Amino acid sequence: MREITYRQALNEALAEELERDPNVFLMGEEVAEYQGAYKVSQGLLERFGPRRIIDTPISENGFAGLGVGAAMVGLRPIIEFMTFSFSLVAFDQVVNNAPNMFMMSGGQFNIPITFRGPNGPAHQLGATHSHATENFYASVPGLKVCTPATPRDAKGLLKTAVRDNNPVVVLEAELLYSSRGMVEPPDEELLIPLGKAQVKREGSDVSIICYAQTVPLALKVAAQLEEEDISAEIVDLRSIKPLDEKAIFDSVMKTHRVVIVEQDHPFCGVGAEVCYRIQKNIFDELDAPIFRVSQEDVPMPYNERLEKAVLPNADKLIAAVKNVCYA
Amino acid sequence: MTAMQPGEQRDEVEMLSLMLLIRRFEERASQQYQAQKIGGFCHLYIGQEAVVAGAVAAVRDDDYVITAYRDHSHALARGTSANACMAELFGKETGCSRGLGGSMHFFNRQNHMYGGHAIVGAHVPLAVGMAFATKYLGEDRVTLCFFGDGAINQGSFHEALNLAALYRLPIVFICENNLFAMGTSVKRSTSVKQIVDRAEGYDIPGEIVDGMNFREVRDKVAEIVDSIRKEPHPAFLEVRTYRYRGHSMSDPASYRTKQELEKYRLDDPITRLRAQLTREGKLTNEQFDLLDKQAKETVLASVKFAESSPQLPIEKLHDYTYVDGAKP
Repeated sequence: MREITYRQALNEALAEELERDPNVFLMGEEVAEYQGAYKVSQGLLERFGPRRIIDTPISENGFAGLGVGAAMVGLRPIIEFMTFSFSLVAFDQVVNNAPNMFMMSGGQFNIPITFRGPNGPAHQLGATHSHATENFYASVPGLKVCTPATPRDAKGLLKTAVRDNNPVVVLEAELLYSSRGMVEPPDEELLIPLGKAQVKREGSDVSIICYAQTVPLALKVAAQLEEEDISAEIVDLRSIKPLDEKAIFDSVMKTHRVVIVEQDHPFCGVGAEVCYRIQKNIFDELDAPIFRVSQEDVPMPYNERLEKAVLPNADKLIAAVKNVCYA
Repeated sequence: MTAMQPGEQRDEVEMLSLMLLIRRFEERASQQYQAQKIGGFCHLYIGQEAVVAGAVAAVRDDDYVITAYRDHSHALARGTSANACMAELFGKETGCSRGLGGSMHFFNRQNHMYGGHAIVGAHVPLAVGMAFATKYLGEDRVTLCFFGDGAINQGSFHEALNLAALYRLPIVFICENNLFAMGTSVKRSTSVKQIVDRAEGYDIPGEIVDGMNFREVRDKVAEIVDSIRKEPHPAFLEVRTYRYRGHSMSDPASYRTKQELEKYRLDDPITRLRAQLTREGKLTNEQFDLLDKQAKETVLASVKFAESSPQLPIEKLHDYTYVDGAKP
């Protein structure tokens, strides 16, 4: 194991999959000559050439659709959105074409495509550039959605996504590109299955269910709670769809108290689905109502103080935990 | 149909019989729709037969074909059986999309028919992706991307044309201009005087052909495809045609006059090709009648086939969401 950044981990995943399969190509805005808007594709043009690392004009609908078409005839495209806020321009391709093709062709065309890029509110980018799209995409049958929070998960999940024979949306955490973590050396194949959550920290009093940018937040809060004698278990979903029910239930059956901290909006958010499944399946295991911490249900303001008020934070999470622990 | 060699042309009598099959199929589909054997939306191709027949006559069997929702014709032209097409309309497992796609989503992978796409303009980027793959893999296939005059005002169309031109992809954009996008005439929807002018904005060579004339369509597409095979590039063809029926089965087409319809009927593509062949001594009246009779019989048999076919069992409902059977 060695320590690398989340960005490097993604870069390694891309390089390894490009190396492994000649039908894999990377396409998007500024992925080639500019080396990636967030430098995730740094060095790939030099290594794999312009046939496989392809710059596009600003035409998300066009190049996302190009990817779907290429996937119909045997290629395995990786389509980068500069941010998933821009994927909304390509919503028709991601939602209406990629995941529907298998059903409406009677099983003749599966679409092995990866849509990836940064997702979730970053810092003072305003309403149009701050979307957390996980609940949009997770609500679509036929799509798989993952949300890595650590460099290791980022590498392992992206590699798995590229090899998956369905359309997969890999939502990278915009604020975590420079974060560091331990990852297996490049000569060791690292594949993390979709649909498998991971307990990032063991605990006994409360389960904090989180993903993407809320994982480091939850870990920080867990350390603080420890000082107050509250032992929090941190369950990182890693994949939103498929959802790892078993890992969630296992943790809840241990702690009997749940807080879900999500980076999207509360209305029909990821937490709503997780909450529904817990109460439906293991209602009797709960010793308290489930609490959710999510964004406020408003478009993102630019003002820094207001933006902070919109986002989940340590104070909100601690308050929610204390509520469910009756502490 | 057999694989074509460069320079070779498909037999015209065979293509006439394809046009007859499409016409008779659509007539029968219309009847079955009215009898409520077919659900959802149903868009008929009657009047436009020379477009797809002409285009397909000019390409190889392994070239790619993709179109919008007026697609029964394109599936038939790509050798999909009338049985599989009618069964699809009936929602049966024996349909070309197992009864899961319906009228607007006909697919036949084996015969390189890539749909059947129902969001106007949304398949044009897919076609560009198919052409991209062809070039990426070093193949010499050409993609024929059909769409209607309604598609040319969608953003996806413009983005796709720009990408195709930028990457020099082997694709023919074939606009089947039947003068109406649903009930809105081209004059009321499109800022340019003629649709082909759109191509110029992307530095794509464009031409206009008479879509009621099989030979004109075939020869023009053959010329373009020949040029593309020598050196990959996109091309644009505005094919002027006319649909005799409304936009869909529910449309009485009150936005146009009887006189206009009659004018086009007099220029019928099947009548015209028949006359050309008869004049040249390549087809007798008896032969034509026989072809027509065969088409009618094939289509009638397809109704029987569709009626007696099974539906996909409900237990298989979840088998067509993820190819690996993933459970969300």
